[in-house]
Amino acid sequence: MREITIGQYIPGNSVIHRLDPRTKILITFAFMVLLFVIDDFAGYAFPLIFILVASLLSRISIKYMVRGLRPLVIIILLTFVLNLFMIKGRVIYEIGPFSITYEGLYQGTFMVLRLVLLIVGTSLLTLTTSPITLTDGIESLLKPFSKVGVPAHELAMMMTIALRFIPTLMEETDKIMKAQMARGADFSSGNIVKRAQNMVPLLVPLFISAFRRADDLAMAMESRCYRGGENRTRMKTLKMTHEDIFAFVATGFLAAGCLASRFLW
Amino acid sequence: MPIIVKNLTHVYMPGTPFESVALRDVNWNVEDGEFWGLIGHTGSGKSTLIQHLNGLLKPTSGEVIIDGVNINERGVNLREIRQKVGLVFQYPEHQLFEETVEKDVAFGPKNLGLPEEEVTRRVREALELVGLKYDEIKDRSPFELSGGQMRRVAIAGVLAMKPKVLILDEPTVGLDPRGRDEILRQIVRLREKQNMTVILVSHSMEDIAKLVDKIAVMHKGRMVESGTPRQVFKNYKALASIGLDIPQVTHLMIKLKEKGKNVATDVLTVEEAEAEILRAARGKGHA
Repeated sequence: MREITIGQYIPGNSVIHRLDPRTKILITFAFMVLLFVIDDFAGYAFPLIFILVASLLSRISIKYMVRGLRPLVIIILLTFVLNLFMIKGRVIYEIGPFSITYEGLYQGTFMVLRLVLLIVGTSLLTLTTSPITLTDGIESLLKPFSKVGVPAHELAMMMTIALRFIPTLMEETDKIMKAQMARGADFSSGNIVKRAQNMVPLLVPLFISAFRRADDLAMAMESRCYRGGENRTRMKTLKMTHEDIFAFVATGFLAAGCLASRFLW
Repeated sequence: MPIIVKNLTHVYMPGTPFESVALRDVNWNVEDGEFWGLIGHTGSGKSTLIQHLNGLLKPTSGEVIIDGVNINERGVNLREIRQKVGLVFQYPEHQLFEETVEKDVAFGPKNLGLPEEEVTRRVREALELVGLKYDEIKDRSPFELSGGQMRRVAIAGVLAMKPKVLILDEPTVGLDPRGRDEILRQIVRLREKQNMTVILVSHSMEDIAKLVDKIAVMHKGRMVESGTPRQVFKNYKALASIGLDIPQVTHLMIKLKEKGKNVATDVLTVEEAEAEILRAARGKGHA
């Protein structure tokens, strides 16, 4: 359970870490859209270079980012295999009723590359941005929509709390699991029904503790006069610097490259 | 059923930026029937160490041998080890989950695959051992009990496994003074009755110095001291340098000695201190 790197933040002080969270969110969003604009292999050169430069700047090892792919290996493989067999075209190999086509191979590789870039690109955002700054950024970006009834502050607060408690709950799970294992509980063998039953001694205490924590937190917030987002000021206000402008310009080049690859050649 | 810890090192999350060494080259022997106090600050490695003693954690390097069985060996029956070494975690009441006290305490023995009557017998015995009346409490929900009662039910849940070694991680944390004294008194009684090996983990010397036979001190992942309380407290300067206090009476005697009074300093209780001071005041020499 400690192996999950997706959504994990690695503290640092690189250029990428220092960027305004809004910049990073917007660029990640643009990056995702641009990935879908690209329609041939040559086009991938642009996002590939972009990601490489960004991760070099962030000083987070590529190895660590690739590790984030591990939990998603099954989805990636499934994408590849489905494309490989489902697409009609020139047959290059046959296994029983299934046939691998040239088009399938091309499309499969293409989709896998897209998925990998998508995951690595987005994990770069969470790897270099602390969850709290990230929600600050989201809140700030959602602010204009609060006029049409989007509860920007409340959403951001909920996300902050949820993110804040993920490690706590993981720790708690680990502890309760060990405590029950010390009483002879078994969480790793048996069939699905048996395993689900075995989870009861874990889930009941976990829920009770989550409710207790929620209760305590609500009380602590109220006793410090928390009453929602109206007129709240911040200790750290977000500020764009020349580094952010530079990042946007770089993204502009990426966009130009991707669009050119699609429409010009 | 001796426990031998040899050159034990444990590293959390090796190979990530979050890598941290929790234990470094720990050596420790726990003999049958001994009463140990394991002392150290938060993050000193006490909890990591005790989780090795029933195979919840595996050594990164080094060996843990429980009753002649190396927990690193392949095909080790961990359930058997966990039955022999009962581990009560911090805030054990947080692991209660059943509808009734009886069912919750029965969880451990049931996992051992014991017959129904044996389970009931053990539940009754375990609850009485922690000073709760089986007939009064068995059908109540564990969640409607007081904090101290919940903790005792949780401890009973481990005792019902009939371990030969009982390890308690800060069993008194978060209890009021009366609850604390009660739990400690029961642990002492339990040891006398059941002739168990007991390891009591704490960050307070004051609490356990007078109870235990031997003390092991953890600091930054190393075992820096181990021996009888009197031996360990002789190095009070070393203990002070890592921020651990010796009991106040021992401290008093050391101060008196420094002032030139002819008193022995290896004193653990107020009664001993009284006798020693009276002896010195009457001007008799060392016994």
